[in-house]
Amino acid sequence: MAPKVKLPKPGELSQIDFKIPATDWMDTPVEFKPGTYCWGAKEKDLLTLGLPNPRQWSPADEDWKIPEGWETTILEGMAERLSKYRSFKIFMDICVRCGACADKCHFYIATGDPKNMPVLRAELLRSVYKRYFTKSGKFLGRLAGARELDMNVLKEWWSYFFQCTECRRCSVFCPYGIDQAEVTIIGRELLNLVGLNIDWISGPVANCYMKGNHLGLEPHAITGNIESMVDDIEDITGIRVNPTFNRKGAEIMFVTPSGDLLGEPGIQTCMGYLMLFHELGLDYTWSTYASEGGNFGFFTSNDMAKRLNYKIYAEAKRLGVKWIIGGECGHMWRVLNQYMDTWNGPADFLEVPKSPITGTVFENAKSTKMIHISEFTADLIKHNKLNLDPTRNDHLKVTFHDSCNPSRGMGLLEEPREIIRAVCNNFYEMPENTIREKTFCCGSGSGLNASENMEQRMRGGFPRANAVKYVKEKHGVNMLANICAVDRAALPALMDYWNPGVGVTGVTELVGNALIMKGEKERTTNLRFEDLPGKGGNE
Amino acid sequence: MKILFSLISVIVLIIVATLGAYITSLHYAFGIIIPYVALTMFVGGFIYRVVKWGQSPVPFRIPTTIGQQKSLPWIKQNKIENPTSALGVIVRMAMEILFFRSLFRNTKTELREGKNGPELAYGSAKWLWLGSLFFHWSFLIIILRHLRFFLSPVPYFVQLMESIDGMLQIGLPALYLTDVFILVAITFLFLRRIFIPQVKYISLPADYFPLFMIMSIATTGILMRYFYKVDLIAVKQLAIGLATFQPVLPEGIGVMFFIHIFLVSVLFAYFPMSKLMHMGGVFLSPTRNMISNNRMVRHINPWNHEVEVHTYQQYEDEYREKMKKAGIPVEKE
Repeated sequence: MAPKVKLPKPGELSQIDFKIPATDWMDTPVEFKPGTYCWGAKEKDLLTLGLPNPRQWSPADEDWKIPEGWETTILEGMAERLSKYRSFKIFMDICVRCGACADKCHFYIATGDPKNMPVLRAELLRSVYKRYFTKSGKFLGRLAGARELDMNVLKEWWSYFFQCTECRRCSVFCPYGIDQAEVTIIGRELLNLVGLNIDWISGPVANCYMKGNHLGLEPHAITGNIESMVDDIEDITGIRVNPTFNRKGAEIMFVTPSGDLLGEPGIQTCMGYLMLFHELGLDYTWSTYASEGGNFGFFTSNDMAKRLNYKIYAEAKRLGVKWIIGGECGHMWRVLNQYMDTWNGPADFLEVPKSPITGTVFENAKSTKMIHISEFTADLIKHNKLNLDPTRNDHLKVTFHDSCNPSRGMGLLEEPREIIRAVCNNFYEMPENTIREKTFCCGSGSGLNASENMEQRMRGGFPRANAVKYVKEKHGVNMLANICAVDRAALPALMDYWNPGVGVTGVTELVGNALIMKGEKERTTNLRFEDLPGKGGNE
Repeated sequence: MKILFSLISVIVLIIVATLGAYITSLHYAFGIIIPYVALTMFVGGFIYRVVKWGQSPVPFRIPTTIGQQKSLPWIKQNKIENPTSALGVIVRMAMEILFFRSLFRNTKTELREGKNGPELAYGSAKWLWLGSLFFHWSFLIIILRHLRFFLSPVPYFVQLMESIDGMLQIGLPALYLTDVFILVAITFLFLRRIFIPQVKYISLPADYFPLFMIMSIATTGILMRYFYKVDLIAVKQLAIGLATFQPVLPEGIGVMFFIHIFLVSVLFAYFPMSKLMHMGGVFLSPTRNMISNNRMVRHINPWNHEVEVHTYQQYEDEYREKMKKAGIPVEKE
């Protein structure tokens, strides 16, 4: 184990040095400062997945144990991807380095390190592309911005492609739509060809591949965790909900990130799902095999993502359900929205989703047959199908964090807001440049929510936290709502660090609290067993 | 250093052009052969690059969604920035290409010390957008204005454009607004590149070189029009000869013309191998030119190969006993 690194105080971390280094970026060596990078992928996980170059290694070591001839592997990998992805080719060729993307990246804003400017992060790869794949780079070399591929370059890639959360904010501002997420995705694929991943990604991927979910919960653990939530719901409402698992012939399969099954405040979001579905009398089932909505394979390679994503349709087919609802998760929805159908479709054995409660047909998912829980709930609310008491959330002053992927890889902006407005009386938006399509990342997305890189996470989340601070000071906001399991895992630490006193909640937890269930007893606490406003014995 | 290199390259090119202009025996090469070679390189190179891009498929539908999706009927979709129809994409692309929509969003991030600690603020930053817009539009109008040299009679739209461009009626020949705009805009684009430290840090010789080239081309054009006048009738003779592939070389055109046309030729020849190809690439950018109907219509990936998966049977085989104990139904007892 490496020694524990002390996290600097917020006052130190917010002293950001935007001074440009004295040396050209090609001559500025990459630094591995403890607290800012993740551990390397473990041998056993790469073996489980059959990925190249499994070995024990540490990024802190000089020798990363990369096999001889790795340069050829990488360059052939680049050639292959240039021929497979027009996006990659175009994005390598047309950047004019105008710099519009530079201060749009949360990591650049919070580190001041120029290699965290999206343009320069791409240039780390582009320089190698130029050297080996363009005439100008071959002949003019450095004058054309080209450089040789060597071990320092490889380490630099590893460092900076794992300091990008693939949030796509830069691509909103780029006049050519160059998407650094796409460049990072390809960059990480290349790194994986020689066994360079991070533990926080390859571990969950191996878990998910073998056990069905990132957390590695075995089937009985999933039912056990949910059973204890069911007990809690009974304590709070007097109603025993009755979820089923791997049940054939159910109308709907429900898939959510496994983060909702373990730890607060994920489990309260999950309790919200259970209560909502029970109240509706929904004919649905959980699956222990397809027990992961998220997809850390997406942070490894396109193939790995497809291998994990396979389970969702395969299980829907085995169980014979008609359609699928997906829970609250960020990158999960980029994958479900923009990749799943292409990889593992067509889902012609399913039916176009139709809400059995309202009759609404979800034409927007007529091919994938999978809708977002927020779409489902917003539809219920619009049709007055839920009996809600928003005053139960009156002690909360809520703001909403748009997760990167549902915003910029889907456009799910209004649905969660409609829900929040229906279940809370106090809702305040953060400043315009920090929400919706311009939302700032939590700083821990794309597999970077480890603990060893806490300093980097607190930096990356600084722009988000600063916008929360604004509404905290202006409106007294004390609750940060979101629709993402990584947010629910990452934001509590971020709030404790930058804005103590602000809690974090999934939107469906707010629903669960406001939902008046048929035959429930008078509630005295919320789903966290905290006294409800005006109802508690201590007030 | 990077700036100096680009500057020296352009100066060398100007010297070469000047020599060519003064040595009459080279006029045929500079006035006819080089422009033809440059044009061939431009057209051929441009097509080659676009074809190369086109050869790589678009495996996934990855539009950057910059507005509300189409979902429930009462939620207003952003039909342009999250388009589900071809028309929406066309409007989105037109806004991007004609008005630089995304650059218009630009903000400037500032970190300042507030009374309760650090504050990040995002101010409006439209100068880059404005400078680029003026630059590109002026450049386009100037190129179209040049059609009057290549076409006889001069088309009406070219005449109209000229009269609008020269509407201030200052001086004789009338001052073109675009001549002023392009010089101001390109100077701005150059200055921001050297004065904003971050932008300077990322800039390459390949970023300065086209700026110096275009600056020189605009300057020689302006000098030729207003100060060192050339024989316009002869220029038009040459241009029409080039355009009709019956090249003639009239005498006494003037030195400045040869410098101008040589620099233009070099820029054209250089164009396809440089970042200037963003002109073609912007049309093909998958984050902007795709319909955002991912869940409605399946997108086909031509190389969607098989991958190794962990099947339900394998899963059940491993966990069957545990599943049974937990009351989870299994396929095989």
